[in-house]
Amino acid sequence: MNAFDIVLGPMAYGFMQRGLVATLLVGIVCAVVGSFVVLRGLAFIGDAVSHAAFPGLVIAYMLGLPLYLGATVTAVATALGISYVSRRGGLRFDTAVGVLFAGMFAFGIALFSSIHGYVADLFGYLLGNVLGITTVDIVQLTILGGVVLAIVGVLRKELLYASFDRNAAAASGLPVDRLDELLLVLIGVTVVVSIQAVGIIMVVAMLVTPAATGQLLAHRFWDLVRIAITVSVVAAVSGLYLSYYLDVASGAAIVLVESAIFAVALLASTRARGLGQGVPA
Amino acid sequence: MSGGPAVRLSHVSAGYGNQVALADIDLDVEPGALLAVIGPNGAGKSTLLKVIAGLLQPFGGSVVILGGRAHDVARRIAYVPQAELVDWAFPVTVEDVVMMGRVARIGIGRGPGRVDRQAVKDAIGTVGMDGLVHRQIGRLSGGQRRRAFLARALASQPDLYLLDEPLTGVDVTTQGDLMTILAGESRLGRTVIATTHDLSLVAGRFRQVALINRRLVAVGPAALARDPSLLAKTYDGRVVVFDDAHHHDDAPPDERHFHEESR
Repeated sequence: MNAFDIVLGPMAYGFMQRGLVATLLVGIVCAVVGSFVVLRGLAFIGDAVSHAAFPGLVIAYMLGLPLYLGATVTAVATALGISYVSRRGGLRFDTAVGVLFAGMFAFGIALFSSIHGYVADLFGYLLGNVLGITTVDIVQLTILGGVVLAIVGVLRKELLYASFDRNAAAASGLPVDRLDELLLVLIGVTVVVSIQAVGIIMVVAMLVTPAATGQLLAHRFWDLVRIAITVSVVAAVSGLYLSYYLDVASGAAIVLVESAIFAVALLASTRARGLGQGVPA
Repeated sequence: MSGGPAVRLSHVSAGYGNQVALADIDLDVEPGALLAVIGPNGAGKSTLLKVIAGLLQPFGGSVVILGGRAHDVARRIAYVPQAELVDWAFPVTVEDVVMMGRVARIGIGRGPGRVDRQAVKDAIGTVGMDGLVHRQIGRLSGGQRRRAFLARALASQPDLYLLDEPLTGVDVTTQGDLMTILAGESRLGRTVIATTHDLSLVAGRFRQVALINRRLVAVGPAALARDPSLLAKTYDGRVVVFDDAHHHDDAPPDERHFHEESR
């Protein structure tokens, strides 16, 4: 088998083509939104929101509604609910996250276990099944992902300012509370876009790991985003091929490649920092 | 600008949750004032700035900023937080930070234009940071960090500067430079309000002073900062130490200057 066959062989299959398009799309959206998640310390939120999508999926399945619709509703509602509970209840943010996260996932599991018989579709959402993605799914993912990217694009300066210096941004007239809520909604939609490709349990890695790699290597925000996108794209493509040739779950393979790239970047950056110790911190 | 004061607080009380940090404050600040706000730790200095900036809704009283509500005149206000509240590891350069001063003016969905780039360049020049435009902010010294944040405020071309501890943890040269810039802004009719722990700077460098300790003790010419009985009243009778000896650059983030004796 020559190099062409290795690369092009799998692409003879429609499911591999769709899988590639879907993982690239998911990778880019996750990298962009994840850059804000990492800088604002919202990783735990990403995890919570992805688990909160599960009851929405199950309810939509039981009612025969579009699964993405159900997932979006519960994911976004939970994201906003976390913000509301922590603000009104005077609780720490991570406490509010912990309470809602576990509660919503338990609700999903309870509903799921009440369905009689084996529900392969829903299992696919827990662990990810990018090779099961249909053309209709891709159209939906592209629309949702495109909307997320367009919103970030339009509000990029405002989101960055509010992330860096909330008070100064607010004093200058930016609606920082609205921007916070918008970011939570964007995280919710990003999670929904990603769960079929990588699964509820691993979505947080797609959000956090590429952006964290960017944070290790970049001194400017948009460099961080570019690095995150690059990591995501490389991991999506190579993970998909690894999953094909090694016959492992695609979501897991993609996340493992991202983790490996992060580990290399961590080593490289600690070494660089060790050499540059004269610089004031 | 309408003829009235730049800031008018009437019977303002404010705080967090059930904690009252400021009680019954009446304060007028005229346009072009260069006002230092002094008082012991926990006296409500930062709270006062936040109320004026519109960041904190007061429990009661009325707040009129530049003739309106802070929210409506926000583009004319520049607020600079305490250095220790800034995430210095955030991946932004000096230029990025200063450009943030233009964000509200540029407007949603647009990038900076020529006017914005020029304002940023001028502001960076004014604070003497031309050579450090592309440096990540965490790699700046304490004095350079304060200069960068003042440049952000300058770039927004405000009518009201609200600066929380702009002189803390910086070298004497930077303190002098920053105060010269702020004095220049106030001469142009812009209003400057800065909190400070550094009593020794107040009489020489500011024109007005407000002494607060949850309540307004006194407000008037900067020389009031030398009045022993007012200081005793403001600092709860604790001994005030005038100490010029320990200005230093690059203070560790958790180190603060207290020029009054703490309990």
